[in-house]
Amino acid sequence: MTAPSSNHGLPVSVRGLRKAFDGRVVLHPLDLDIEAGEIFVIMGPSGSGKSVFLRHLIGLEEPDAGEIRVAGEKLVPDAADPRHRLAMVFQSGGLLNSLTVEENVGLYLTEHRLKPPAEIAAIVSKTLGLVQLGPADAAKYPDELSGGMRKRAAIARALVVEPELVLFDEPTSELDPLVALTIGREIVNLNRRTGATVVVVTHDRDLAFGIADRLAFLAEGKILALGTAAELRASPVPLLQQFLAAEFK
Amino acid sequence: MFRNLGEMLVLFGAVARALPRLWRERWKVSEQLFDIGNASLFMACVLSLFIGGVLSLQSGPVLVENGIGTALGQLVAIAMCKELAPVMMSILIAGRVGSAMTAELGSMRVYQEIDALRTLAIHPIHYLVLPRVVAIGVAVPCLVVFSNLVGWLGGAIVAAHNDRIAVPWATFFMGLRQGVDLSDVVNGLIKSFFFAICIGVICCHQGLTTRGGPRGIGRSVTKAVVNSLVVILILDYVLTRLLLPFDSAFGH
Repeated sequence: MTAPSSNHGLPVSVRGLRKAFDGRVVLHPLDLDIEAGEIFVIMGPSGSGKSVFLRHLIGLEEPDAGEIRVAGEKLVPDAADPRHRLAMVFQSGGLLNSLTVEENVGLYLTEHRLKPPAEIAAIVSKTLGLVQLGPADAAKYPDELSGGMRKRAAIARALVVEPELVLFDEPTSELDPLVALTIGREIVNLNRRTGATVVVVTHDRDLAFGIADRLAFLAEGKILALGTAAELRASPVPLLQQFLAAEFK
Repeated sequence: MFRNLGEMLVLFGAVARALPRLWRERWKVSEQLFDIGNASLFMACVLSLFIGGVLSLQSGPVLVENGIGTALGQLVAIAMCKELAPVMMSILIAGRVGSAMTAELGSMRVYQEIDALRTLAIHPIHYLVLPRVVAIGVAVPCLVVFSNLVGWLGGAIVAAHNDRIAVPWATFFMGLRQGVDLSDVVNGLIKSFFFAICIGVICCHQGLTTRGGPRGIGRSVTKAVVNSLVVILILDYVLTRLLLPFDSAFGH
């Protein structure tokens, strides 16, 4: 890794963010502040607008109204806004299937020609080591990896960016509890190691309460509860209590 | 339809603006060229050989009966280089290469690979579209030259060996040399270049706007190929009409 320890997290401020698709409001005007360097988890049932919110945070969606400020600067929905180092780990991993894991992880450095090829290879190898992927895995294509390994490779790709803000979209979906635990630890390690602000969107309650500094409960496009894990557990919001208590009996 | 057309024009504009980055993306262009050649060269050879042969077979007996069998080489050559090679090679590329491009980009879109590129500050137009459109724009005219040569050969073989035609090789190629000049070949190359750019833009656009999972990918591929074929045939008429004055300037 080049300098992950020298990173710092970025604060995010969301004001009046609203989004509708085909007339259906997915995000009602939202106000939210995410502090620099914290692990902020957005929890909520499926279809509550969590992923759409996350896509706004990295500029993949343009809001109908409102604005997002990252470190005080307005986020411009642009494919290649280089002002801040942002990274996102997608639900599916988002690895390019035509490239090997090694090429995927080194893609940012290669495409932007930030380092000579030998140095990129060393950084990639070291970063893959951080997420417990070995040289044999590095030579494989994404479709030759298990779901958990793909997620870890995607985390490695995000790490190479030396991000100041990392977004995770459902990082433990489709994973067994043990692999989910590993991924959760990777997220915490990433935050501790780099100091980056981490925003995680999930409906996995164990993950959410296990890693979060603060949480928000999002349902039907509105933030119904916001606070620490203890504050959320004590929240009187019926939908949240239903969500937390839901169990198969 | 008009929205699609507008989006395609915007995409074409973005590709044109990205052209200064071409040198940087040269390895991706060469990879694409290799893939296009690999996918189409053999088919182009077979197609062109038989098109040339059929042209000879259809027109040869009529020309020979009217005592102008010596013009057969010219007829086959002109038909191949100005019309059949550009159109047939473009149709071949739309079906074989354009469809694969749409499927690849469509799958990348559906499985969030394009979003992932954007989050890495890698512009999808630079990384994915520019190399494909440029490669197809280079490959199709090259295939047309190849198709001309093979088609002329096919025509000559049939002309020499069919009993009802029996125009010797030397006569066929003499007619060809006297009747065809560089402007005829260039005419076909200009057309094929425009066809190629249209195929590239249409197929990439369909890929990039794919929605709805594997079924959506299938729909996009079908749409890309059908739209490409329609545009090739319409553009063929328009370009032929536009290039007519230049034919006259060269004495045809």
